Amino acid sequence: MNIGQQDFYTQAILSMAALVGLTSFLMLGQGRLLRLILVFALQGLLLTLTTALAAYSLNNHHLYISAVLTLGLKVIFIPWMLTRQVLKMNMHRDVEALKNKTAVMLGGASLMVFSYYVLQPIVQTSSTVMVNALAVSLSVVLLGMLLMISHRQAVAHVVGFMAIENGLFFAAIVSTNGMPMVVELGIAFDVLVAAVLFGIFFLHIRTSIDTLDVDRLNRLHEVEK
Amino acid sequence: MIAAYVTLLIPLVGILFFAFAGHQQQTGRFNIWFNAASFLATVVLAIVVLNSGSILSGSKAFIIDSFNVYLIVLTSFIGLTTSIFSSPYMEHEKERGRLTEKRLRLYYSMYQGFMLAMYLVLTTNNMGVMWVAMEGATLATVLLVSLYRTPESIEAAWKYFILCGVGIAQALFGTILLYYAAVQTGDTANALLWSVLFENAAKLNPDILEIAFVFMLIGYGTKIGLVPLHNWLPDAHSEGPTPMSAVLSGLLLNDALYAVVRNKMLVDGATHSNIAGLLMMGFGLLSFLVAALFLHRQKDIKRLFSYSSIEHMGIMTFAFGMGGPLATFAALLHMTVHSLTKSAIFVAVGHASQLAGTQRMEGIRGLIRTQPKIGWGLLIGTVAIAGFPPFGVFTSEFLVLLATMHSYPWLAPLLLLGIGIAFAGLFRHIQPMVYGEQPAGQLPINANLWPVMIHLALVLWLGLSIPSFLANWFSQATILISGSSPL
Repeated sequence: MNIGQQDFYTQAILSMAALVGLTSFLMLGQGRLLRLILVFALQGLLLTLTTALAAYSLNNHHLYISAVLTLGLKVIFIPWMLTRQVLKMNMHRDVEALKNKTAVMLGGASLMVFSYYVLQPIVQTSSTVMVNALAVSLSVVLLGMLLMISHRQAVAHVVGFMAIENGLFFAAIVSTNGMPMVVELGIAFDVLVAAVLFGIFFLHIRTSIDTLDVDRLNRLHEVEK
Repeated sequence: MIAAYVTLLIPLVGILFFAFAGHQQQTGRFNIWFNAASFLATVVLAIVVLNSGSILSGSKAFIIDSFNVYLIVLTSFIGLTTSIFSSPYMEHEKERGRLTEKRLRLYYSMYQGFMLAMYLVLTTNNMGVMWVAMEGATLATVLLVSLYRTPESIEAAWKYFILCGVGIAQALFGTILLYYAAVQTGDTANALLWSVLFENAAKLNPDILEIAFVFMLIGYGTKIGLVPLHNWLPDAHSEGPTPMSAVLSGLLLNDALYAVVRNKMLVDGATHSNIAGLLMMGFGLLSFLVAALFLHRQKDIKRLFSYSSIEHMGIMTFAFGMGGPLATFAALLHMTVHSLTKSAIFVAVGHASQLAGTQRMEGIRGLIRTQPKIGWGLLIGTVAIAGFPPFGVFTSEFLVLLATMHSYPWLAPLLLLGIGIAFAGLFRHIQPMVYGEQPAGQLPINANLWPVMIHLALVLWLGLSIPSFLANWFSQATILISGSSPL
């Protein structure tokens, strides 16, 4: 498959997919919370552009609404809320020293290869473009989970969680030109409520254990002493 | 169909009502009335379905067929009896200083929010809306798990939020793949409607559906409590207030299993291998055995019964995975009796821990001497859930065993072993609690045990003779799910 020979829409989708994957890797290596939130906002912006592009190319006007929703939620509201929390709790000077950056990055790369492998069976029924885009979105989901595993700060967990949602949204746009409007609205509502609840949670955790380092949440055990 | 809309509307009104007016003195009573109204609406709906068969709403957005009609009535019934229990219980908690008025307002408002999410999962025909409602149920109950604001409950709520959130994101990926497969058959407008997908299942691409099912099993399976994704369950069920544990154990787990089985029906129609069933059997059996073993090492009474919930959900998943009419009938019956019994047990446990002042089992002793009703309630409830005849749980477990001996005879010893280990684990903890030496100064409390007695009476009735309309629904649902009749 030669990218130069595809039509404009396909070329654009593939480029966007590559950039979204890149932002996922950038998030994996970030030690500073403010920069992590910035890269996350960038990923949201790329998603908005993809949605708008799909809306324009496929003449599907519902997708314009989706694009606006994504812009409002993932690019503006959630990063703003997280930045405010980080500044309020004075965490922007901490650098989270990841002990095994190399292992995490290699893990990320292998997860990307793994998602290509998982989605191989689809290649018979659809174009290789579709497989590429779906595989990138699955790997964004898996990399979001890796981000959650490798960081200790609760804010990083929230960013990872939202990154997972980003990956899913990208999969929906690229493979099916957007889910039905009622489902899109429902998902956006859920994400909004989840973001607000996370904000409330930070307050509770901070009040309870005086830090947002979730490794300190360790009082409950599977088998009690 | 109007009854279905009313069922969804009542909790919606309830959320707003409690958010603004929930600080009054008799708020618990209003909660009971809202739930009673919902119960009435669902009974009317059931009668309509009894007379005219399954109904599909005009825009095909909602579907009520034999699989979900009795689950809807069960949901509203358990919601009602739990609210009867919760009203004096939460007042008592407020008097003890563990809760403020603002948090009680949140509690009642989110109780209705949770009920709305449950009804929506059960009545919707759109797989995407089903996902939205399941995530909505998690969001509604997250703040309720940490209602007491102790460090342990905040940790439990955080674990619940993150684990269930990430898990359910997998289910969304599965739903997107399902949508992708459906769109490929050419019908974009109806592509997420279950009824349309079920009719045209053979046209869906089997490879994509297999991948989609794996994601959906992992995703919704996290909410069912399948091992190894179960870590949130004992914490969330034990740290939250007891009425929350009762509804989470009795209702949420059922609804998640319902979502998995709806998807399994689609996958079975598309692929003609048994991969979905085998996966469910594997996870179900693993959950069953691991939970039975963990029962022995618990020190907190609510954690003990949460592991019992995981164990029973494991049996149900195993039975649905086996397929075949006998196992499916058994699993449907088990869903019903387990919800009733488990919520009754949690009500009794709530009273027992209030009586003893602690949730740790070593601190609870001599229940039957201090307040016989609580002691007997807990004892009979445990007897019922362990699978003694003539209670309903015995009937369904026996049928599952029969089906296993018929299809997979080498797994039957494992089932028997697990049931035996679970029985031992439950009774070694319950016996000293009910019959031990009562500590000095332990006084009876003001407790309303009607919910417990009604639930256990229903379970006894279902064990002895299932009423014909219910048996009809079970048979029809069995034909729908497994393709052949159990009788």
